[in-house]
Amino acid sequence: MHNFDFEKPSTVADAVAALASEDAQALAGGQTLIPTLKQRLAAPSKLVSLTGIADLQGISHSDGVLTIGAATTHVEVAAGGYGSLSVLAGNIGDPAVRNRGTIGGSLANNDPSADYPAAVLATGATINTNARSIKADDFFDGIFTTALEEGEIITSVAFPIPEASCYEKFEQPASRFALVGVCVAKMAGGVRVAVTGASEEGVHRWREAETALNANFSADAIADLSVSADGLISDLHGTPKYRANLVKVLTARAVANC
Amino acid sequence: MSSISMTVNGKTVSGEVEGRTLLSQFLREDLLLTGTHIGCDTSQCGACSVHVDGKLVKGCTMLAVEADGAAVTTIEGMANEDGSLSIIQAAFQEHHGLQCGFCTPGMVMATDSLLKSNSDPSEAEIRKHLSGNICRCTGYHNIIKSIQAAASQLG
Repeated sequence: MHNFDFEKPSTVADAVAALASEDAQALAGGQTLIPTLKQRLAAPSKLVSLTGIADLQGISHSDGVLTIGAATTHVEVAAGGYGSLSVLAGNIGDPAVRNRGTIGGSLANNDPSADYPAAVLATGATINTNARSIKADDFFDGIFTTALEEGEIITSVAFPIPEASCYEKFEQPASRFALVGVCVAKMAGGVRVAVTGASEEGVHRWREAETALNANFSADAIADLSVSADGLISDLHGTPKYRANLVKVLTARAVANC
Repeated sequence: MSSISMTVNGKTVSGEVEGRTLLSQFLREDLLLTGTHIGCDTSQCGACSVHVDGKLVKGCTMLAVEADGAAVTTIEGMANEDGSLSIIQAAFQEHHGLQCGFCTPGMVMATDSLLKSNSDPSEAEIRKHLSGNICRCTGYHNIIKSIQAAASQLG
């Protein structure tokens, strides 16, 4: 790992100022960033820890919206009793990873096989930053890429609470990332289906399934749909065709378990 | 270089570290607490598991500067005060929960964190909690037995 300076500001404003220097990088729980630094895939001049900022902590609930501070760890969300979101958080990585990893870090990283992006996209959540609010549909911009500008910090994520929701994950047992994961959410404005782990473009909605489920919210409703293997991830864990099949199977399971 | 201080196994310690110094490296190389093992150094194996402010973390995936001001517990802090094995450690010995022993410090730290939050875990809960701790000798069977025995003794 190349060396770097380290700062741990206590306010968002100080963190934004610290990130203004060249090649500075935000550090949340570090469960992806630290392994990345070890492999010398990134060489920031400075790491700015976001874990000392009180404003990024905590979970609140009002008017049908659950707002989670960006530096909230997976274990805190898992323990909160927030339905399928807590189940999702409780199955990220392993216990030690859940004690450090944060929701903001996961979203800013936008790993194509991460769990949280599926829940954020399926519920149409809003990602709040130091500068603005970004709708989930506008946030994810291809793998490891988001709408965040250089130095922009996620402060919280606001989830509209679904009428029903379920996240089904087919786990890659070595990494415990999703080989494929599907989140189905029944929202006031209709059903939304978000798929992670499958596409080379990262998390995305399966709109055909949404249309079918809006007409008939049952696993049978998607029985006649097919998922194209074009553009799906191919690696030693699964072929595109295998992942395409998993998308459909997991969607049906998620609907059945909603 | 940053000056850091923390308590490790109840004792206040301090040191000068680079930004990139890992907690596992600080414990082993600066404090000479070599019970915290570095197996994979890629966050997979859990041999480096320690507790930071009571929470299980991988010492190789946390910077030493991030533990500034924290209370850290390592395997060296797990035995009873008279130096005898703790209930968990003795259960691993009694039930052959180790063969080569390399993963054992992490296994003991993970077990301690499990039993503090769940005094009577099922086999499935034990296996899930150990998902970040890899053992290449035992096939886990006797580790599970050791943890079940420790749980019933700690009751």
